[in-house]
Amino acid sequence: MRFVDEYRDAGRARALAARIAGLCEPGRRYKFMEVCGGHTHAIYKHGLEDHLPEAVTLVHGPGCPVCVIPMGRVDDAIHVAMRPDVIMTSFGDMMRVPGGGGSFLDAKARGADIRMVYSPLDALRIARDNPGKRVVFMGIGFETTAPSTAMTVLRARAEGIGNFSVLCNHVMIIPAIKAILDSPDLRLDGFVGPGHVSAVIGCRPYGFIARDYGKPLVVAGFEPLDVLQTVLRLLEQLAAGRAEVENQYARVVPWDGNARALDVINEVMEPRPYFEWRGLGFISSSALAMRERYADFDAERIFDLPGVRVADPKACQCGEVLKGVLKPWECKVFGTACTPETPIGTCMVSSEGACAAYYNFGRFSRDRVREATRT
Amino acid sequence: MCLGIPGEIAEILTDRPDLAMVDVSGVRRAINIGLLEGERLAVGDWILIHVGFALSKIDETEARAALDFLESIGDAYDEEIAALRESMIEQG
Ligand code: SF4
Repeated sequence: MRFVDEYRDAGRARALAARIAGLCEPGRRYKFMEVCGGHTHAIYKHGLEDHLPEAVTLVHGPGCPVCVIPMGRVDDAIHVAMRPDVIMTSFGDMMRVPGGGGSFLDAKARGADIRMVYSPLDALRIARDNPGKRVVFMGIGFETTAPSTAMTVLRARAEGIGNFSVLCNHVMIIPAIKAILDSPDLRLDGFVGPGHVSAVIGCRPYGFIARDYGKPLVVAGFEPLDVLQTVLRLLEQLAAGRAEVENQYARVVPWDGNARALDVINEVMEPRPYFEWRGLGFISSSALAMRERYADFDAERIFDLPGVRVADPKACQCGEVLKGVLKPWECKVFGTACTPETPIGTCMVSSEGACAAYYNFGRFSRDRVREATRT
Repeated sequence: MCLGIPGEIAEILTDRPDLAMVDVSGVRRAINIGLLEGERLAVGDWILIHVGFALSKIDETEARAALDFLESIGDAYDEEIAALRESMIEQG
């Protein structure tokens, strides 16, 4: 526990770590999944695994929006972006995500007009300023970003901006968690619940995890102490034989979420019958498409998309990483063929991706693992 | 993208009820507050911002803690602030 002293609140961290250790039953191993990429980032950055007893393992979940975009969707977007009348707009995170035929950055080098934006509202502004062009926003993300895309569409309609559309790739966290719970190759004891997604959807939708699968889930904040406290609460539940949804992050996450944000999503978007997730395959009702009544803002209806399914590269083990079956460093190309500069898989692209976070911060933990496997 | 950034409301715009001017790490930007409809917002309140939209109202202690955390993670936060600086939401 060398790094504990770095924390502002080293005393509390140490006390939490001691209580966590005290709650572990001898001989039992615990595996908790942190669903959200923000937590993955925090865990590696602060070396949190090194404060946990050997018996407790944190595994990473699918909650990194760019990590789960399938290759074929990137190709579809590039197909649209290559049209001379189109300006494609995208969050910066998306630019290096590889498709079957390269990334947005590669397409840009081939002459496509692809611009990085901070907000979908910036994309709308570009549409307003370029009436002669068709401006497409590459909508990605979980329920944290979907309301923003939906609000922007409502604004576009209110202002009568006809040259703006969304290529909708928004995904939903609950079906992804369900798919992981149903996957046979993983045994989990509980979940560190996503923070900001929960600010939108609230805590109720997680109820089935406790009820039907008997696993505790604790919605967690992003600070080191939040994560430690969350692990403690999960262990307390297990020790008492309980499985409940708890909210450790009540200072930001209301139990019922943000009703207005959910209304706005529901007004503009509807669940797709199924959507492919990189590494996880097809998951039913797991993503959002634009509703018929917003067809004129739906890039999928406006443009012909090839919609070709592209298999992930053979070397890539992102699927296993996204399901928490493999740790990033266990992937054969990690840090050699696959680095943040030349990503093979998506988990290496975004700072919220497990491989990128591990590549940037994880050396200490890796040494520990090496040590542990040697002895 | 999923890491929200806290910002402090500097000005409520009377002619645009869906927007507020917000200080985010020294950058003053128009932020859409339409998703907080029904919340009473005033100058000095803190909000958590995702891609140009306020997603929740937070208290100052949380805001400071979140900022400390974001500053500690370095690059990802710097990128987010750089992107925000470039953002031109509803100006002019
Ligand atoms: S190292 Fe690269 S290819 Fe391997 S799982 Fe991570 S992102 Fe995917």
